[in-house]
Amino acid sequence: MGSRGSHAARIPDGDSIRRETGFSQASLLRLYHRFRALDRNEKGYLSRVDLQQIGALAVNPLGERIIDSFFPDGNLRVDFPGFVRVLAHFRPVDDDDSGMRDPKQPEPLNSRMNKLRFVFQLYDLDRDGKISRHEMLQVLRLMVGVQVTEEQLESITDRTVQEADEDGDGAVSFLEFTKSLEKMDIEQKMSIRILK
Amino acid sequence: MGREGSRQSGVDKGRARARLYARLGRRRRPRAGGIVRGGIGRFGASRPWATLRMERGAKEKNHQLYKPYTNGIIAKDPTSLEEEIKEIRRSGSSKALDNTPEFELSDIFYFCRKGMETIMDDEVTKRFSAEELESWNLLSRTNYNFQYISLRLTVLWGLGVLIRYCFLLPLRIALAFTGISLLVVGTTVVGYLPNGRFKEFLSKHVHLMCYRICVRALTAIITYHDRENRPRNGGICVANHTSPIDVIILASDGYYAMVGQVHGGLMGVIQRAMVKACPHVWFERSEVKDRHLVAKRLTEHVQDKSKLPILIFPEGTCINNTSVMMFKKGSFEIGATVYPVAIKYDPQFGDAFWNSSKYGMVTYLLRMMTSWAIVCSVWYLPPMTRETDEDAVQFANRVKSAIARQGGLVDLLWDGGLKREKVKDTFKEEQQKLYSKMIVGNHEDRSRS
Repeated sequence: MGSRGSHAARIPDGDSIRRETGFSQASLLRLYHRFRALDRNEKGYLSRVDLQQIGALAVNPLGERIIDSFFPDGNLRVDFPGFVRVLAHFRPVDDDDSGMRDPKQPEPLNSRMNKLRFVFQLYDLDRDGKISRHEMLQVLRLMVGVQVTEEQLESITDRTVQEADEDGDGAVSFLEFTKSLEKMDIEQKMSIRILK
Repeated sequence: MGREGSRQSGVDKGRARARLYARLGRRRRPRAGGIVRGGIGRFGASRPWATLRMERGAKEKNHQLYKPYTNGIIAKDPTSLEEEIKEIRRSGSSKALDNTPEFELSDIFYFCRKGMETIMDDEVTKRFSAEELESWNLLSRTNYNFQYISLRLTVLWGLGVLIRYCFLLPLRIALAFTGISLLVVGTTVVGYLPNGRFKEFLSKHVHLMCYRICVRALTAIITYHDRENRPRNGGICVANHTSPIDVIILASDGYYAMVGQVHGGLMGVIQRAMVKACPHVWFERSEVKDRHLVAKRLTEHVQDKSKLPILIFPEGTCINNTSVMMFKKGSFEIGATVYPVAIKYDPQFGDAFWNSSKYGMVTYLLRMMTSWAIVCSVWYLPPMTRETDEDAVQFANRVKSAIARQGGLVDLLWDGGLKREKVKDTFKEEQQKLYSKMIVGNHEDRSRS
């Protein structure tokens, strides 16, 4: 009975995960506990079903898309490092992150660009780097369900793509996406603070 | 002169130190290997010490202790969908925001963030596993930082194990055995008597006595509050459900008719014996699915004023005693007076929650009997009846809120069935409806786009 408790305090590869994601050790410990709580059969990894069982996520209209972001490239399992890597996008931006960063180091996962990239891939279903009109329509359909007619949705999609599209290719590239959101306080809106 | 002076300065130094401590308001720190307050004494003294000792062990090894946080691990703002999306839009565009319904690329941020928040921490998942304690109670099952334990603490824990397994456990098993056999034998004997007041009297006392022996077998320390509100004949007693022990706890203070499924094995023997002495309501497995049949039998029982109050747990499954989940409306449709009861366990001496997906019944009972004690409080709330303008669901929620408030539990609208099943799609539709209103307006404004 005691051995079950001892796992929680020692995270495998804890130091490298901490360096990569920037989470404090306390936050990482909480997330590890959360990972183990979600992993009902103690398999050591999470599958889609484990995430789908979260009631509050299942009622989120974009629930399935969010779950998809944990399983890139057709994977069926996500281990703890993968789990934390996705969540790291939502770490609040500290002041010392932007200041003295070594330019040779890779950009931290919770930078403005990376947060935008994360949201972009929620829209960009086939990961081709562009949000086509069809993809926009699909995501909108997820968000509104059956409450809106097809014509209304299409006109909304057309207008949105038109407004954002600058090079006239009928799709929204990542650069166009970031440009249309340049005034947005992404750092604050896309951050979740873990309590100490 | 020098020696005197140094002696005086020694005394002065001591006084100065004492004054400094008093000013800083510090308690004297426990020295390495010493126990604060000189001994175990009451449990209250050694528990926070145990946690302090572990914290020190962790700090020495330069590691982090896991600290359970009962209020959720992330900072959340309780704003509505509309407000949040408007906020997001406002921060993103410089143009003046009017109330025309429209869609913005940034709207997705709301759903994305909300979704991530629920992945990090949600209200429901944590209710199906045992509550995490802030200070350790010397049971290894509640310890997440087992490796940071000093020698002194390990010895203490070992002593605890010895006492619990070698002394308390055999005693409790003997008591439980006595209690159950007395129940079976007693109710069977009473069953042979002719129906009448004497039979009822005997039956009541046999039941009460055996349940009280079982309560002793678990070393359950129960405090009953407001006993004047105890359920009466023709009523339904509803309570929050944490473990099968709830039944024993309530039945040792009152005489109830039980409701449940017929089991095999030992449970089945007990059930068959009990029903000989007085009418309990046992359903076959096939009958349980038929809601009308269940409702009919319960209604019949309740309408007969000579029959005992029914004991029902409307959550349908065991919840870990930090919250109350959705009450199933079946028992509230019958139309009888409802006597709500709130049961709150104190987890410091032993956690009574039954995690049925992890432990079977026998393992669970063994864990109960090797805890220090089961401490709980039972509140009998004043009876409630359904008002004319509310339906069964609203009535059920009203009763649930009353129980949650009394027991100091979180009142959740989620269904306890989420332990095993997925949530229904109707809740997602509500969110979609709210959002659609923001981008296309109400049905009346459909001409605008």
